Amino acid sequence: MSADLNIILPEILLALFAIFALLGGVYTGKDGVASTLVWLTSAAMVALAAWIGLTGTGTNVAFNGMFSDDGFSRFAKVVILLSTAAVLIMGEGYMNKRGLLRFEYPILVALSVVGMMMMVSASDLMALYMGLELQSLALYVVASLRRDSARSTEAGLKYFVLGALSSGILLYGASLIYGYAGTTLFSGIIQTAVHGDVSVGLLFGLIFVISGMAFKVSAVPFHMWTPDVYEGAPTPITAFFATAPKVAAMGLFARVMHDAFGNAIPDWQQVIALISLLSMFLGAVAAIGQTNIKRLMAYSSIAHMGYALMGLAAGTALGVEAMLVYMTIYVTMNIGTFAFILSMEKGGQPVTDIASLNMYAKAQPGRAFAMLILLFSLAGVPPMLGFFGKLYVLRAAYDAGLAWLAIAGVIASVIGAFYYLRIVFFMYFGEEQAEGLDASKSTILWGFLMASAGIMVFGIINMFGVEPAATAAAAALVN
Amino acid sequence: MDDDERRSTLMDNLLSIVTFIPAVAALIMAVFLRGDDEAARKNAKWIALFATSATFFVSLFILAGFDRNNTDFQMVEDATWLMGLQYKMGVDGISILFVLLATFMMPLVIAASWNVETRVKEYMIAFLMLETLMLGVFMALDLVLFYVFFEAGLIPMFLIIGIWGGANRIYASFKFFLYTFLGSVLMLIAMVAMFADAGTTDIAKLLVHEFSYGSFDLLGIHIVGGMQTLMFLAFFASFAVKMPMWPVHTWLPDAHVQAPTAGSIVLAAILLKMGGYGFLRFSLPMFPVGSDVLAPTVLWMSAIAIVYTSLVALVQQDMKKLIAYSSVAHMGFVTMGIFAANQQGIDGAIFQMISHGFISGALFLCVGVIYDRMHTREIDAYGGLVNRMPAYAMIFMFFTMANVGLPGTSGFVGEFLTLVAVFKVNTWVAAVATSGVVFSAAYALWLYRRVVMGDLIKESLKSITDMGTRERVIFAPLVVMTILLGVYPALVLDIIGPSVTALVTNYETALAAADAVSQAASQ
Repeated sequence: MSADLNIILPEILLALFAIFALLGGVYTGKDGVASTLVWLTSAAMVALAAWIGLTGTGTNVAFNGMFSDDGFSRFAKVVILLSTAAVLIMGEGYMNKRGLLRFEYPILVALSVVGMMMMVSASDLMALYMGLELQSLALYVVASLRRDSARSTEAGLKYFVLGALSSGILLYGASLIYGYAGTTLFSGIIQTAVHGDVSVGLLFGLIFVISGMAFKVSAVPFHMWTPDVYEGAPTPITAFFATAPKVAAMGLFARVMHDAFGNAIPDWQQVIALISLLSMFLGAVAAIGQTNIKRLMAYSSIAHMGYALMGLAAGTALGVEAMLVYMTIYVTMNIGTFAFILSMEKGGQPVTDIASLNMYAKAQPGRAFAMLILLFSLAGVPPMLGFFGKLYVLRAAYDAGLAWLAIAGVIASVIGAFYYLRIVFFMYFGEEQAEGLDASKSTILWGFLMASAGIMVFGIINMFGVEPAATAAAAALVN
Repeated sequence: MDDDERRSTLMDNLLSIVTFIPAVAALIMAVFLRGDDEAARKNAKWIALFATSATFFVSLFILAGFDRNNTDFQMVEDATWLMGLQYKMGVDGISILFVLLATFMMPLVIAASWNVETRVKEYMIAFLMLETLMLGVFMALDLVLFYVFFEAGLIPMFLIIGIWGGANRIYASFKFFLYTFLGSVLMLIAMVAMFADAGTTDIAKLLVHEFSYGSFDLLGIHIVGGMQTLMFLAFFASFAVKMPMWPVHTWLPDAHVQAPTAGSIVLAAILLKMGGYGFLRFSLPMFPVGSDVLAPTVLWMSAIAIVYTSLVALVQQDMKKLIAYSSVAHMGFVTMGIFAANQQGIDGAIFQMISHGFISGALFLCVGVIYDRMHTREIDAYGGLVNRMPAYAMIFMFFTMANVGLPGTSGFVGEFLTLVAVFKVNTWVAAVATSGVVFSAAYALWLYRRVVMGDLIKESLKSITDMGTRERVIFAPLVVMTILLGVYPALVLDIIGPSVTALVTNYETALAAADAVSQAASQ
């Protein structure tokens, strides 16, 4: 028992931290300590990430196989923890300025991170659902954190209703799988689900579970909530939605597919290839007409999930590795991009209209250049790191015999390049306007933007050692 | 580390040093150069000029250390990189002259932009980055490294057209970027396929790898030459757009017209050569069967390009557009020579590319000279310039003649060699293409007559001034090179000869082997 608890110690510690922070917050200054809490939570997460990343070894299973701590989950956890810490710090100034910095905010985020850590480690349908719901419930609340804004409450409500529906679908699938496999453990399901021998009930269950998870990663056709929630939620929350929960959901996706259905790859490969294809094209086409940069980023993230799913569709260790590398690069790019969006203000008020960036490069050459790098990286243009992420998934897809998906993917990336170029167009070639955006004074946002852009350029030398880690992580998942 | 060791480390990394000198200069400029006053602009210009000149100077060491009888890659640098890729650089007889062409042209390009007044620092940074990326394209010996350099060049060029371009620059920059990007991504898929097939991205190894050429059916279409044909087509999509070949040339006139003078020079003199270089480095040697299957089509496309674009050039109102169409026609000779696939054809194609680099660069510069003064490129706005600009009239005459292919200039050698080569392979294509030579004389001379000859009757031109010292100095090296290569073509042909011979021999051997296999199978 104590061995089990040892394995799950990081999650326990983070949960305990959240509970004590809640107590502390209630009994002391309430919102007055929120700022301190944000920094404390971030510090705790960085410490946990360092601990997990540096000391974790081998594959450890806890609670009779319901929870597994292996290279794959550790990789995902480190990315989740670090990106959440970054997003929390980034958003602090914005939230504080607009009176949104309630002390519940970092606590809710911490709890959702506990759920995410649970998700990527789950090796059982029950553990999976528990992690997923813990994560989702906390996210529903933070989406509507701006209580006096109709947009924000609408975002939260929409997210909640659709999220609950998708959870229901997923749960229904899980019950079917349990019914036909006779167990909720992944290690048991994989014995039953063998390609060519999968019962119809199990297949139905699989499809329902895929649908539920596709909702969480906002893949087409379960993407409808994304633009509205991205637009309605306060920007720091949007930044959070675009990073850690996506990694967690992709991690969960990969784990279910490989740990539970790894013997039936042909049964799910076509399904995932199709949603990957649809996501890439819808994300690329629908973003063209957007004028709001947050909605644009929502479609951009849909397209990016399509590419990450391309890696997953390969159904190989290389595919999982490609997916992990892609997600890591995606998260890094998004942190920089949202640091930029957070600094977009006019007269002290946040603006999200793309046209407000007219001739931004003249007023703020440094920031504009960093954003230019990020945009080309998002578009997958070499030499930026974003290109290597795409190359990874293309290679995995091609090697797995999905050449048609790879070809479709690059064509979608050309369409998608247009709307990233459009932002460059506004920043560099646009018309002069009477008053541009305020000169941002936040060194934190500047730091994140520059660091992210720097990683996109200098990361191409050796990816800062992420590559061997991702290889090891994928090897731990796919045997 | 004593002196000898230090020298050898420098020489061992010579190619990387040449490639990255401009990038380092750009970085220094970006970090240390502050402010936007007159002094800062001047500093930016001088730093850029110094960096590009230094690059040219250092690149001469490549030529000095190059063994022209060795057909292998030389001065190779090799290091492991991401994903099992390699950072591998090297030159051979085919690539070395393109490297020198780029380093030679860049100081002239910078000098030609001395009048730029807006955002000078960014302008110079964009050109310096562009130089690094162009040099990388010609030296990269790893598929993906090549692709990275090849594609990354789009970013600075996109910005150059979009920021410092003419009135319709937005449309032109987007068209340029998306057109060429679409062409290239298909090549990326083919590269992934090659990686999967050969297990390496090392170009030296891929050159001796035999890609499968068994015909098969795909979606109901019978594909002769199998994988090789498909990969050839994927690479063709990229290089044909870049060249540009008819009918995918339509981005070029727009890009040229809207780009600033220096941008046009780089585009015509160096960027277009990437397509031709790509055919020689990848298509022909790596997919010989695929090339053989499609060569007749490409030859006819080239012939159509030569005639059609020459005719289109005749009716242009805009000088830059006219020269842009003339570029497309001249590139038609290049593709024709390459896919004639014999010694003269490829020799001629490379020669034509080098020579076109000087001549088209100079012609765009000629347009730039009068555009700087009158701010219009309309042919009708000029006339009788010879009266006030005798020196300009002479230079323009010289390069017009070189463009037409007058014997004694470098333009003649390339056209002649490619025509002779094609004549051996396909007489009809040669006949059609030769008529293009006549048309090119027509549009070039007519342009010259309308702009330079006649009486100076336009009021606005009465006070126009002849070229200044800076402009004369820029033209001097171009004139020297055009004549030098015209009267002594061995200067180029001796360097490329052995490598081209090896390429042609390998190509023919591979085709003969494929033929033998298919004969054996049919018996």
